[in-house]
Amino acid sequence: MPTKSIVLSLFLTFSGLSYAQTQLNGAGATFPYVLYSKWFDVYKQKTGVQFNYQSIGSGGGIKQIIEGTVDFGATDGPMKDEQLAETSKKQGVDVLHIPTVLGAVVVTYNLPQLGAGLKLTPETLAGIFLGEVTKWNDRRIASTNPGKNLSDQTIIVAHRSDGSGTSFIFTDYLSKVSKQWETKVGRGTSVRWPTGLGAKGNEGVAGLVKQTEGSIGYVELAYAVKNHLPYAWMKNKAGEFIEPTLESVSAAAAGAAKDMPEDFRVSITNADGKSSYPISGFTWLLVYKKNRDKSKGEALVNFLKWAMADGQSYASDLLYAPLPKEVIKLVEVRVQSIK
Amino acid sequence: MEEETIVENPRSQEQTGDVVSVGSDLLSGVTDKRRVRKYNLGDLLFKNLTVLFAVVVLMLVLLMAFEMYDGSKLSFQEFGTGFVTSSSWDPVEEDYGALPFMYGTIVSSLLALLIALPLSVGVAIFLSELAPSWVERPVSFMVELLAGVPSIVYGLWGIFVLVPWIRKTVEPFLSDHLGFLPLFRGAPYGFGMLAAGMILAVMILPIIASISRDVLRSVPRLQREAALAIGATQWETTRIVLRDSRSGILGATMLGLGRAIGETMAVTMVIGNRPEISFSLFDPGYTMASVIANEFTEATTEMYINALIEVAFILFVITIVVNMLARLLVWSATRKWK
Repeated sequence: MPTKSIVLSLFLTFSGLSYAQTQLNGAGATFPYVLYSKWFDVYKQKTGVQFNYQSIGSGGGIKQIIEGTVDFGATDGPMKDEQLAETSKKQGVDVLHIPTVLGAVVVTYNLPQLGAGLKLTPETLAGIFLGEVTKWNDRRIASTNPGKNLSDQTIIVAHRSDGSGTSFIFTDYLSKVSKQWETKVGRGTSVRWPTGLGAKGNEGVAGLVKQTEGSIGYVELAYAVKNHLPYAWMKNKAGEFIEPTLESVSAAAAGAAKDMPEDFRVSITNADGKSSYPISGFTWLLVYKKNRDKSKGEALVNFLKWAMADGQSYASDLLYAPLPKEVIKLVEVRVQSIK
Repeated sequence: MEEETIVENPRSQEQTGDVVSVGSDLLSGVTDKRRVRKYNLGDLLFKNLTVLFAVVVLMLVLLMAFEMYDGSKLSFQEFGTGFVTSSSWDPVEEDYGALPFMYGTIVSSLLALLIALPLSVGVAIFLSELAPSWVERPVSFMVELLAGVPSIVYGLWGIFVLVPWIRKTVEPFLSDHLGFLPLFRGAPYGFGMLAAGMILAVMILPIIASISRDVLRSVPRLQREAALAIGATQWETTRIVLRDSRSGILGATMLGLGRAIGETMAVTMVIGNRPEISFSLFDPGYTMASVIANEFTEATTEMYINALIEVAFILFVITIVVNMLARLLVWSATRKWK
């Protein structure tokens, strides 16, 4: 008899819990994971809505949203048209891209005699990663860095070996600024790199660059700032050399806001604007336009509203660039349409 | 079915025959009892249960093979045999070929074996034949400790210690003295096939060394004493012991090779991850396990995932072939030297 009552009371407790608490399951990108887990934590304390997020990578997030095994996904690269069509066919609803914050990619290098503040043009950067600019004293590098001490050291290129949103933003940028890159290599989470060494993760690329004199690579802005890596100033579309900072990244998004497409699937690399840092991109949450479970849909809408308002203030501390006001306004309108 | 086979077993028939001839009346009760015990329900259950477990293992392997084949159908159809002969790996153009990865896996593993085998057999001989016990115990412990280090730790050590050392010391030395060989040409990056082979060597050394030591120890003491008694030197005695334990050492080597082929994280961190075939050990390479670990999470298109699963399938086949070869080697070695 006592066991029965225990079981019964346990059952009642748990069923009571699950009734009172909405749990939303999500999976996807690793890049925004730090911010998302902060958001989910704060939001749970505020409202009791529980999130369960697995950072399995953008590819996995997209796959799960197509298969309908999660309530929301997350990705650093937008879904392709055929993937959206597939989801509509399989799940019977459309998927929305909701930008949450911005990420940026910085070019880091190891030239002890030069120090910080190498200035690069897009053409030179593409040349280096295509394997055409092979020496540090190449006149294409020297011309934008007058008075700097550049030797005839060989350039050793480092890139990510694992598929990643960082590589997507970087190759997307190179594809926009160099025709040759676009036709020869293209954009993707993994590409066929014409030259260089592959290293796993930001820490792998940073480790390789840190140890190898004369090397150049690319890492996430947050990673470079945290580890005090030297990074290059990039020449933007307006012709200015811009230091990668959270502000210059947000500025790039603001520059892109005026012709933002309906579905937010937009690349903001090489953005307009005088103070825009050119190698940056959105990271998105993927949500169904119409949720099967009405309470979950409501919870998602409330959360997204909160993320656009209060949530943005957590971004800078964690070294993510917050969305500019122009974009937040657009997103807030779009969030209303979720059911 | 089972009852019949047991009764037909000549040995058991013979035994029952004997007993019956002594006095069937007296002992019939006993035989009956034995009969009953023979087909005890517990035994029957136990036997079938263990058979079931054995079958489950077999089924698991078959299921894995089938799942991998099933998961890579698209790329099988698209590329056919070209998949294993093509060197192109281009996720943007969706053009996939696994040859550089196969080359990288095989070369890095063989290189590791080449470095680790003499070292670990030396360690094993020292530990079992020469070292006094106050040296042997701590050294054995350290060797086994090496086997327990997680591969990510090896990888980090590789990036921060091994690779700079290779770049600054090993590669300049090799290209100065052996630069005429195509094996040791090219720019000294540090990261590359040589680093991968060396880190794998460190990782498989404890496996080969500790198993070889146990094998050497299992050679009867009398063997050594006999050799010494007829005037053999320490070296000659060791050679006799080595000859007796060849097949065991071979088995240990194959276990090490198996680990090298499947190793992922540490190799990825130092090999340079470049899908190209180059005969120089200084150049970066790529292995099958690495490409799967690197690219699977962010692989979004169907064909991409299929191609990666096909790489896994090939890795699976290569592992099985290596294991079969090992069995064959051990088997023929034991036969020859008996």
